[in-house]
Amino acid sequence: MVPDFSQDFFALFGLKRAYRIDGAQLDQAYHEMQGQVHPDRHAHLPETERRLSMQWATQVNEAYRTLKKPLLRAHYLLRLAGAETDHESNTAMSPAFLMEQMEWREAVAEARAAGEHHELENLMQRLEKHGDGILAEIERSLDAKKDYMAAADAVRRLMFIEKLEHEIEDALEALESQD
Amino acid sequence: MSAAPHQHRLAVGIDLGTTNSLVATVRNGIAVVLSDENGRGLLPSIVHYKADGGVDVGYAAQGTQASDPRNTIVSAKRFMGRGLKDVSHIESMPYDFLDAEGMVRLRTVAGVKSPVEISAEILKVLRVRAEASLGGELVGAVITVPAYFDDAQRQATKDAAKLAGLNVLRLLNEPTAAAIAYGLDNSSEGVYAVFDLGGGTFDISILKLSRGVFEVLATNGDAALGGDDFDQRVYCWILDDASIRFPSIEDTRRLLLKAREAKEMLTSHDVAPIHVELGTGEQVDLTLKIDTFADITKTLISKTLGPTRKALRDAGLTVDDIKGVVMVGGATRMPQVQRAVAEYFKQEPLTNLDPEKVVALGAAMQANVLAGNRAGADDWLLLDVIPLSLGLETMGGLTEKVIPRNSTIPIAKAQEFTTFKDGQTAMSFHVVQGERELVSDCRSLAKFELRGIPPMVAGAARIRVTFQVDADGLLAVSAREMTSGVEASIMVKPSYGLTDDEIAGMLKESIDHVGDDVQARNLREQQVEAQRLVEAVEAALAADGRLLRADERADIDEEIALLKKRIAGTDHRAIKAGIDSLNAATQDFAARRMDQGIKRALTGQKIVEFKI
Repeated sequence: MVPDFSQDFFALFGLKRAYRIDGAQLDQAYHEMQGQVHPDRHAHLPETERRLSMQWATQVNEAYRTLKKPLLRAHYLLRLAGAETDHESNTAMSPAFLMEQMEWREAVAEARAAGEHHELENLMQRLEKHGDGILAEIERSLDAKKDYMAAADAVRRLMFIEKLEHEIEDALEALESQD
Repeated sequence: MSAAPHQHRLAVGIDLGTTNSLVATVRNGIAVVLSDENGRGLLPSIVHYKADGGVDVGYAAQGTQASDPRNTIVSAKRFMGRGLKDVSHIESMPYDFLDAEGMVRLRTVAGVKSPVEISAEILKVLRVRAEASLGGELVGAVITVPAYFDDAQRQATKDAAKLAGLNVLRLLNEPTAAAIAYGLDNSSEGVYAVFDLGGGTFDISILKLSRGVFEVLATNGDAALGGDDFDQRVYCWILDDASIRFPSIEDTRRLLLKAREAKEMLTSHDVAPIHVELGTGEQVDLTLKIDTFADITKTLISKTLGPTRKALRDAGLTVDDIKGVVMVGGATRMPQVQRAVAEYFKQEPLTNLDPEKVVALGAAMQANVLAGNRAGADDWLLLDVIPLSLGLETMGGLTEKVIPRNSTIPIAKAQEFTTFKDGQTAMSFHVVQGERELVSDCRSLAKFELRGIPPMVAGAARIRVTFQVDADGLLAVSAREMTSGVEASIMVKPSYGLTDDEIAGMLKESIDHVGDDVQARNLREQQVEAQRLVEAVEAALAADGRLLRADERADIDEEIALLKKRIAGTDHRAIKAGIDSLNAATQDFAARRMDQGIKRALTGQKIVEFKI
């Protein structure tokens, strides 16, 4: 028998289905849920219960991760609302945005080539701030306006930002391993 | 979901270390290290194979390190799950290596031995010690592993434990084990760093402690960096300073031992004299000053700081967020290590628990809980992570990450692939672990093939590959063609570990060796297993029997009665069949109990807004 995972992640943690969530409440619900289902709680029990426990704990971890990270949470809400972001096929972004992206990318590449640790961290901070602005936009679109088209567009933009942030992290790591 | 309250189940925590190993248990609510008959808690991780087929382990094997270096294996942990090319300083090791598929083997006077078998000898001694000391058979053991151990190394450790006749309750990360021992001792809250420099491995873990939950935020490390490397540096310094060009393997071992003694002396002295008489009769007479020692090991210390920075960054934290730093592992006794850690974290590290025992003590506490001896006060929860990303090889020898490092376990992820040729009926997969982009820079874990895909045009098949990492941090991979349901799956094991058949074979051999009767052992194992199951089901019925309809209850009762009757008999196969059938009869019951637990967790939060 496969456990019933059809429940949505918000309901699983007893949260209202919305972008804005109470992080502390999510953490607490997550800990309490894992307190019930985690494999360590069932290690002394028969095989059936241990397997069930692993499946549930896996599901609870996935649910937590999805709701904890703003971008994943926004994605998930769009999916629940039937408004997929089609990030694979839909790459039509505004020329202004793409231009901005190119500028960011060049700045990262330059700082990396010059080994400017400080500049990379600087860029990271600016990007994060930029990302926060988009997150605020996502929250307005999803929770207040219920404008899923606008939210999906913002989510796609944020994905570009996150990708850039990963590139900066890689660059920082590469510089550090040279030290 | 607690066990029958009437009995205490014997469980132990084992720290299988590079240099020393320990076994600990919880006795009257307190974790204690179990000592040998001479009152010594540490067991040196040394195994000596003798020509007559006998094996000495620990202190008994210590004396033959220099006289019979080829057959006296030290630091076998460094070879676990490793190929010949992965082992550093191989040139100064006195062993006769054989590069076997997956894992290196050592040729000894008692035959070819795998690191798994060598480690099993150490674990066996600890199991016997525990059973003698506790007066009964163990329900199971928690075995600790470096947090930075990859899948192959974890699997090898689990295999060694099985080979030693231990039921593995869990593989537990060493820094996490230390955190349990520390955290529960001090009832701490906040974010802590555990800096664990052992004999051969380095781990750094960042943990958040809150209301009995130990949540690992990030871990990093170096699975080939430890106290041994400091010995190695001193050894090289001796060779250099005394102008020794080509030491014999006996002299190498002698000098390494002296190097270690000097290192240990320098934790409390400013100078360490080194006197050795070489095999040639030549006298080596040197003095190692603490400044020189710090100087020649500087690069080793800085090798710990890179992983530390990475772990902090992965946790999204800075040094200022760290409330305390816990020191673990014998190598953290070195003053220059403590200084470097204090400097980096801008605070004095915590050393109030013995850094060599704290891992075993934490493991014992966790073993006690996992065995079902949970008391009210032991209500803690561990949420650990995988240390290294898991992925698949894609076109051009590149890695596609499926599960990123520092994901909380257990975790499952699926990825879809498709065929690239018309009529393609098979697809092969290469599972790798590591952070690098090129497959050749990552560790290869397994290769497998999905066959029998119905011929379709290119791109029409939908092949879903699922990675599942369990609570031990071990990976299982399966692939399934979604339109036809054709399936293939593997435990990621054959290429780096031993197959279950190999383990069974070795186990049988070792049992034959001591003259035990396999049949009797099988019967006893099945009886114990069946008894455990009956008790668990009866406890569950007592607690949650109301979740069952009368007819369902009657079915289960009948299965219990039948199994009890079989336990009294001597047919181990009949008992096994009874176990399977009782397990099957209680599946729905188990699922309902789990649902109930989940509802309980929700209502525990007193949340009214359940649905929008």
